[in-house]
Amino acid sequence: MGSPPPSTVSFSVTSNPQMAGPRTDNSAIEVIDLYKRYGDLAAVQGISLIVAPGETFGFLGPNGAGKSTTIKMLCTLVVPTSGTAHVAGYDVVTERNEVRRRIGLVFQDTTLDDYLTAEENLRFHADLYGVPRVAVKIRLQQVMEMVGLWDRRKSEVKTFSGGMKRRLEIGRGLLHAPRVLFLDEPTVGLDPQTRSHIWNYIHGLRKREDITIFLTTHYMDEAENCDRIAIIDNGQIVAVDTPEALKASIGKDRVEIQTDNNIDAIAALKDRFGLDATESEGAITFHVNGGEQFVPLLFSEFLIPIRSVRVARPTLDDVFMNYTGRTIRDAEASAGERMSTNPWMRARNRR
Amino acid sequence: MSTAAGTPATPAATTPAGQLSIPESRITGGRLRDDFRGMNVVWRRELIRFARNRVRIITALVQPVLFLFVLGTGLSPVLKGGPHGFDFKTFLFPGILGMTVLFTAMFSAISIVWDREFGFMREMLVAPVRRSALVVGKCAGGATVATLQGAIIIVLAGLVGVPYSPTLILTLLGEMALTAFGVTALGVLIAARMSQVESFQFVMQLLVLPMFFLSGAVFPLADLPQWLAVLTRLDPLSYAIAPMRTAVFEHIQVAPSLLKTLEPAITWDGWRVPLGLELGLIAAAGIGLLVAAVAQFSRPE
Ligand SMILES: Nc1ncnc2c1ncn2[C@@H]1O[C@H](COP(=O)(O)OP(=O)(O)O)[C@@H](O)[C@H]1O
Ligand SMILES: [Mg+2]
Repeated sequence: MGSPPPSTVSFSVTSNPQMAGPRTDNSAIEVIDLYKRYGDLAAVQGISLIVAPGETFGFLGPNGAGKSTTIKMLCTLVVPTSGTAHVAGYDVVTERNEVRRRIGLVFQDTTLDDYLTAEENLRFHADLYGVPRVAVKIRLQQVMEMVGLWDRRKSEVKTFSGGMKRRLEIGRGLLHAPRVLFLDEPTVGLDPQTRSHIWNYIHGLRKREDITIFLTTHYMDEAENCDRIAIIDNGQIVAVDTPEALKASIGKDRVEIQTDNNIDAIAALKDRFGLDATESEGAITFHVNGGEQFVPLLFSEFLIPIRSVRVARPTLDDVFMNYTGRTIRDAEASAGERMSTNPWMRARNRR
Repeated sequence: MSTAAGTPATPAATTPAGQLSIPESRITGGRLRDDFRGMNVVWRRELIRFARNRVRIITALVQPVLFLFVLGTGLSPVLKGGPHGFDFKTFLFPGILGMTVLFTAMFSAISIVWDREFGFMREMLVAPVRRSALVVGKCAGGATVATLQGAIIIVLAGLVGVPYSPTLILTLLGEMALTAFGVTALGVLIAARMSQVESFQFVMQLLVLPMFFLSGAVFPLADLPQWLAVLTRLDPLSYAIAPMRTAVFEHIQVAPSLLKTLEPAITWDGWRVPLGLELGLIAAAGIGLLVAAVAQFSRPE
């Protein structure tokens, strides 16, 4: 991804280079060997990463992997057991308030006040962050229009659907023009249509605002939307890269063909291309680098008529499988078991 | 990414870039001002929630009304034996004010437990505001709300033989506010230590109910057996209810014979604790609890 342009968007926090500024100017988030233990349980075990300004960085991992714990440390809500982290150039432990002014956070569970109207929720937020009165009015309208809730601003939040609440929270997180926006599972518990709406807002946001986004998800397809992703399992990062590179790193595409004579076709694939193919349910499957480039070659050189072709790219599921030895769904299932014995998590998941 | 294409089609978009940006100097502005804003948000939110939740206000009236009119009426014959008819409900009234304040303030404070896990409080905890400011705001908010709830009970004064004297009402409101502040601080201190919502029941059964029953809210503290006398004197709420009852008794006629049994003030081994000391104890306890609550709440996770 290209580096973001200098701050030309209104509402970005104007930084003064003369001021005693951030320690590191060229990364939005810098984490070195971060650990967090809860008693015997090591929730985060030595995470290191760097996120560039303007980047949308995804944290992908099953439930219980330590995603929320990492976000809480980066947002100064939880003190790391060891290791350091800088957000917007400030240390999350020693320069807590400096970090807090520069980040927006959307929690995994909603933290709106149901009894307040949408606008009141946002106004309280603006007050908490010391947004000047003159800016509040315009900024409020801007973020509420952006998340499509301007005409519902006078409604109490308890009348909102889950998707509307999420959107309102994203708007709220942006109200004070943060440098870095943290989104903890922004789409969890929402129906597919609402999920894709939320993603539209996130994409719009990336275009409009000069902002770094750090989000967590356990949905593979959503991780694809990020510039880069880190795959996290059992509190450790097992891989970091662009989704494309991660998928490429595990190599070959899967090609499925149906022919009039599968036995001859398998033999021909072996002879001519040196490919090992298998047959199942009437289709032949084999793995090859650059599947889409291979198919034309196949048609021009193959004598046996081909009835259908399907080329499948490796998915992030395959990537997760490759690095952890299990699918994310299996990981979820075992995490679910672990969590059901942890009363603390049980309380959290009840809602 | 150009500004023109990037900003949404709102009136704001036509404003030149930068004009609406939030200057850094403003963001890093005074610590005290930050704290005051945080306090103010917590306090205002408490009031809005109170005003919007009519059901809670009305439900919270049921218990005091039952105590005042059912228990009060039921026990009245016991006192009617004397020559001067004295309405037991009048005696009960300040105790019920204390009860209302105790329950409302405690509930408001303990609500932090779920507010912190699931509610707006989480949002406040990540804002650039010191936690001490949030705690002070919460205590002020709980105190205001509990005093307002108590003020609703004051409306009933006329029905139980307590005159609507402005000085009496102001005195009662002031004493309720002081009590409410202390109770909220105690509640916040407990809430800060409490990890599970379920513990709320323990607090009610093991702390709030004993505090209520031992406070002299529903019976006179004079002429008690030794063990009960000691327990009632250890209950801080006793020192909050005594001044309110003293104030009420100053505004009505009570026969001297009755005054001996209904004595509103607290005695320590025969020594009548002065009003100033009673109020001072409550204020001191409130401040001590507030300091402890702030310390407890500011611990990093
Ligand atoms: N406050 C806490 N006390 C004890 N254990 C916790 C706490 N927070 C998280 N954990 C544990 O840490 C692990 C990681 O949790 P979390 O960061 O919430 O995972 P994720 O967000 O990836 O689902 C889980 O096993 C969870 O039970
Ligand atoms: Mg999580």
